[in-house]
Amino acid sequence: MEVLIYLVPMALLLGLTGLAAFMWSLRNGQYDDVQGAAVRVLSDDDLAK
Amino acid sequence: MAETLDLSIYVKRQDDGTAHLDLAIEGIDCAACIDEIEGGLCQLPGVVEARLNYTNHRLAVEWRDGELSPAAVVEELQRIGYRAHPFQARLVEEEETRRAKWLLKCLAVAGFASMNIMLLAVSVWSGNVTDITPEIRDFFHWLAALIALPAVAYAGQPFFQSAMGALRNGRTNMDVPIVIGILLALGMSVVETINSAEHTYFDSVVMLLFFLLCGRYLDQAMRRKTRTVASNLASYRAEVAHKIDHNGEAVLVPTAALNAGDRVLVRPGERVAVDGVVISGCSEIDESLVTGETAHRAVRADSQVYAGSMNYNGTLTLRVTAAGKGTLLDEVERLLENAAAAKSRYVQLADRVAKVYAPIVHTAAALTAIAWIASGASVHDALITAISVLIITCPCALALAVPVVQVVASGALFRAGVFLNAGDAFERLAEVDTIVFDKTGTLTLPSMSVVNAHDLEPGLLQAAGRLALSSHHPLAVAVAKMAQDRRPYEDVVEEPGRGVRANVDDIEMRLGSPAYCDAEDLEKEAASSDPTASVIALSWGDKRAVLLVRQALRPDAVAVVTDLRRRGFDCRILSGDRPEAVAPIAAALGVSTWRGGCKPAEKIEALDALKAEGRKVLMVGDGLNDAPALAAAHVSLSPISAADLTQAQADAVFLGDKLQPVQETIQISRRAHSLMRQNLGIALVYNLVAVPLAFFGYVTPLFAALAMSGSSTIVTLSALRARGRAPLAPAEQPNPADAAPVPQGA
Repeated sequence: MEVLIYLVPMALLLGLTGLAAFMWSLRNGQYDDVQGAAVRVLSDDDLAK
Repeated sequence: MAETLDLSIYVKRQDDGTAHLDLAIEGIDCAACIDEIEGGLCQLPGVVEARLNYTNHRLAVEWRDGELSPAAVVEELQRIGYRAHPFQARLVEEEETRRAKWLLKCLAVAGFASMNIMLLAVSVWSGNVTDITPEIRDFFHWLAALIALPAVAYAGQPFFQSAMGALRNGRTNMDVPIVIGILLALGMSVVETINSAEHTYFDSVVMLLFFLLCGRYLDQAMRRKTRTVASNLASYRAEVAHKIDHNGEAVLVPTAALNAGDRVLVRPGERVAVDGVVISGCSEIDESLVTGETAHRAVRADSQVYAGSMNYNGTLTLRVTAAGKGTLLDEVERLLENAAAAKSRYVQLADRVAKVYAPIVHTAAALTAIAWIASGASVHDALITAISVLIITCPCALALAVPVVQVVASGALFRAGVFLNAGDAFERLAEVDTIVFDKTGTLTLPSMSVVNAHDLEPGLLQAAGRLALSSHHPLAVAVAKMAQDRRPYEDVVEEPGRGVRANVDDIEMRLGSPAYCDAEDLEKEAASSDPTASVIALSWGDKRAVLLVRQALRPDAVAVVTDLRRRGFDCRILSGDRPEAVAPIAAALGVSTWRGGCKPAEKIEALDALKAEGRKVLMVGDGLNDAPALAAAHVSLSPISAADLTQAQADAVFLGDKLQPVQETIQISRRAHSLMRQNLGIALVYNLVAVPLAFFGYVTPLFAALAMSGSSTIVTLSALRARGRAPLAPAEQPNPADAAPVPQGA
């Protein structure tokens, strides 16, 4: 059962990483325009003109 | 129309030498609009960035300061085919956005904590029935405590704050038992962890928080969505005025740019955009949108005029007065204060339940402790059992029962074109038994229309409509609406105060006053049949016709009012207009109880009399004079065309030309209310089952987790029924264009 000593902190760390990523995306304004993001992905204006 | 609007007050100058403008855009309907708008604007010289928010239809434009005028941006958008309106975020909306972000952060923390603690808890539960060692169990419990304590301290803030707020005011709300339950469960779990006991409740606590925060966030998101659309609509109707600058020149500016003391020019046919005092000029004005009175009032120097009045025949110069000045406004403000003070604070359904629920639960917990001690158990066991009663009764489902229904039902209202201002309006709307309508602008449309169109020869009507396109007279706007061919005739001559004329097919056509068109005999005949309508005459060669123009009933008013009466609602009319103008409307609608010529104070008196009879009154009104009555009524609705002050008092605002939303609002609210009660019933039944089990000490953390998530899920699923069946007729799209009377460049 010694494996728990590093498995549990690892699991927690992974979870915290997810939480941090969510907080970052929230602060970055990724949820300000959810419908826009859904349709912008279809536009190909980033291709070379 | 070639005048450019001076938008400089909306432009924000930034430190890096760029200027920033926020616009609300009308006419966005597909994804291609994004490219069109952003691409089109980026081709303007000087534009650094244009970013359209597709969710709330707002555009942020930035350009290098000095290289571009803000009006050029609006014009370019107009050219591409979109109407843009300068937009200023309101304080309330910014506050809501901040709160939504905060709730989302709390939700994320609670979600993270509940997932990780559940991972540990499930291991302990399965270990307890197999071969977990006490050391590992303690380790897991300490880990769970390590996650739960900071997570609850952070994610529990919305509840702590709300409970504290209620307690400080000497009230209780649903959050008080929630907070007590959370804190006790947390405290007990920590103590049990220190004693290396078998059971802790960390998982229940964070899961409870997670569910409750989901409900709060959804509620908030729905309210924010309606508020966004409402403030977009407000900016669509933002009005403009001709300000006379210090050189004496008239410049077109948004009314937001006007200050008290500024001078403003109002031409015939324009709507007065601000409250003010006439400095020079004399004219007749139509104040029907303000006072409900449809007869025109003559104004001259020193007369007070109100925003929303229509100027008829003369050019006026006004001095802008500070907001809230003037006899009518003073009276309205005073009445509003009284109404707000007199209105007994409505206690929401959930809080009423909480008021009864909390003492019962806390007594049950105390009884449990006493009973266990009396039967010889140790104080420790007795306390554990008592606290488990509190945990299991922690009103998770109860706290979700009302908000989730509100979210789903306000979504249904939103689709029907109704925006709620107050969250608790559902409960009040569901109780309504009497509906009081204002006449002008509520039962009737706010704009004028030709009422005898069916009696006229179609060719003549079309010709009159086309000719009217060239006139600036307010009544001509109503006639011009009848024209299917929107091309004005050429070489039209407008004779101020008389009418317009043009040569059509080499025959002179005239549209204007009956005298101008030589149709006075027809006028007398028409006036006797409909004395309240304004008469416009048309002559074309030797053909004569008169058009009767007045504010027509909303197209479905008769059907809706008849239907409401059939359903047993007592419908009444209280109008500020003359009795002789109200009588025909009341007759057409079959409403027998009506009053005309009501001052704002008289409307309130009438409502108070109804209230004294024990009736629950829904007031539907739009004018400035209705604002106090809307505040005094049990619940109130107003059309989107209503005055700003009035809209702020209404519990909900509806869109469009139809009265149908009034009926739908009541139906949806009744359905929502009965679902709320059912949901509360489900939650209480759950408690009836759970409390005895907890009393006898059968509640383990596993049981608590299952029972809590189970009841919350059932309540949420049951709330989804509030979406209701699809309406029979295709629901009218909330089309802002219908609701925006003469938005710009009037």
